[in-house]
Amino acid sequence: MKTGIYEQIAANKWKSALLVSLFMAVVVALGFFVGYLFSYRSGSLGGAVTGLIIASVIAVIMALVSYYKSDSAALMMSGAREITREEYPYLVNTVEGLAIAAGLPTPRVYVIDTDAMNAFATGRDPQHASIAVTRGLLERCNRLELEGVIAHEMSHIKNYDIRLMCMVVVLVGFVVIASELFLRMFIWGGIGGGRRRSGDGGGEGGIIYLALLVIGLVFLILSPIFAQLLQLSISRRREYLADASGAMLTRYPEGLASALEKLTVEARPFPHASKATAHLFIVQPFRKEGMQKHPERSSIWDTHPPVMERIRRLRAMASMDGMFNQAMMEARLQQ
Amino acid sequence: MIAVVIIIVALLLLLIVGFIAIFNGLVSKRNRVDNAWHQIDVQLKRRFDLIPNLVETVKGYAAHEKEVFEKVTQARAMVTQAGSVGQRAQAEGMITEALKTLFAVAENYPDLKANQNFLMLQEELSGTESKIAFARQFYNDSVMVYDNARQKFPGNIVAGMFSGKFPDKEYFEIEAPAERETPKVQF
Repeated sequence: MKTGIYEQIAANKWKSALLVSLFMAVVVALGFFVGYLFSYRSGSLGGAVTGLIIASVIAVIMALVSYYKSDSAALMMSGAREITREEYPYLVNTVEGLAIAAGLPTPRVYVIDTDAMNAFATGRDPQHASIAVTRGLLERCNRLELEGVIAHEMSHIKNYDIRLMCMVVVLVGFVVIASELFLRMFIWGGIGGGRRRSGDGGGEGGIIYLALLVIGLVFLILSPIFAQLLQLSISRRREYLADASGAMLTRYPEGLASALEKLTVEARPFPHASKATAHLFIVQPFRKEGMQKHPERSSIWDTHPPVMERIRRLRAMASMDGMFNQAMMEARLQQ
Repeated sequence: MIAVVIIIVALLLLLIVGFIAIFNGLVSKRNRVDNAWHQIDVQLKRRFDLIPNLVETVKGYAAHEKEVFEKVTQARAMVTQAGSVGQRAQAEGMITEALKTLFAVAENYPDLKANQNFLMLQEELSGTESKIAFARQFYNDSVMVYDNARQKFPGNIVAGMFSGKFPDKEYFEIEAPAERETPKVQF
């Protein structure tokens, strides 16, 4: 590990701020543009200013929602339910233990009621963090494997990965939905405008058509860029880093390695899997049988590094044996 | 002339700001070590409080295993009587050993193993046991971060100026993960 945890935290905070700024700039610019197009015949900038104000309000609201509410959105989308100590003492104890090891406040604990084995962490900072685990993972993993998984999630929390990864869910989700909405309006508006033009000889319909065309095209161009940004923010390095620092928390890399193996070999479909949240999970979820990725190969569309490579790296850490504690201590020096 | 004065004043200011930052960093690292130490205590206390309940439950099924109960009670009494930190650590180690024996004995009593209360206590104790281990680990990590800040340049200069304020902190011996593994609870 070349980069210390503080650099990682700073990078994540910076990237989160950049993501929000970029998002707001795009929305405000689009608002101005739409307003301008709708009113350019009147010769004044009134429409453009109105558009600007409306878009600014939307952008600010979305930014606030993504900062404060993206964790609830991610938890809701995955069908997670907050649990009590009485229901799952085993899980709560494990989370509390690893929070102590990481020196963090205990996150809220959620369970997703499915046979699929997966887990994710979310929240805006370690003080407002949640960990969600599926029932399948609880049932089929032993204590050391569960500790490995929770430690991996705890590292995401400590590194502020959760803030960036979660804001991505809401902001990118908004852009993707808006882009689809505009594209549909563009198609309908195109037909409607065309009919009207043949009826009364052009006019209002043509301008709206043009406006929607431009917006549609802008979003069409922007969506893949946002998707790429999403890919970048998730970068594989982030998962390797969380694996490594997770192994440092448990002092037992084999726990997470064997859990990852189980999660892949005995994989079950996850009904709540969605493109918007896939990058949050410890292993890439899939919706239907046969949709899972080959564990050794990888493609550029994968949100996670190949599982076999992650396991290999963890086992390499473990095989350093006595050196392991030493190496971990060295890595910790950079804190 | 004025330029030179400005530069000197600016350098002095920079030095003072740097000094304050290093000093405050040392203080917060020392406080983290102290806090980590209390974390261990919190978990040890929790285990201490769970024991009478556990002994009562096991007695209901295996009353004649007197040796084991004595061992546990004795170890628990030693913790209360312990004077020094060393004695205390030794007594806590004895509790760990005694509890291991107790749970091993419990394996021979199927009725006991089916008891809901026993299962709950067993889970609580093994959870607390790993929390103790994690708390010790965090304490050691904190000591190492503190030592690094104290011994590396330029922190060593500041620490040297206030040597009474930044005392040495001892490491806990690191336990192997295998030792941390407590009897498994099967659901």
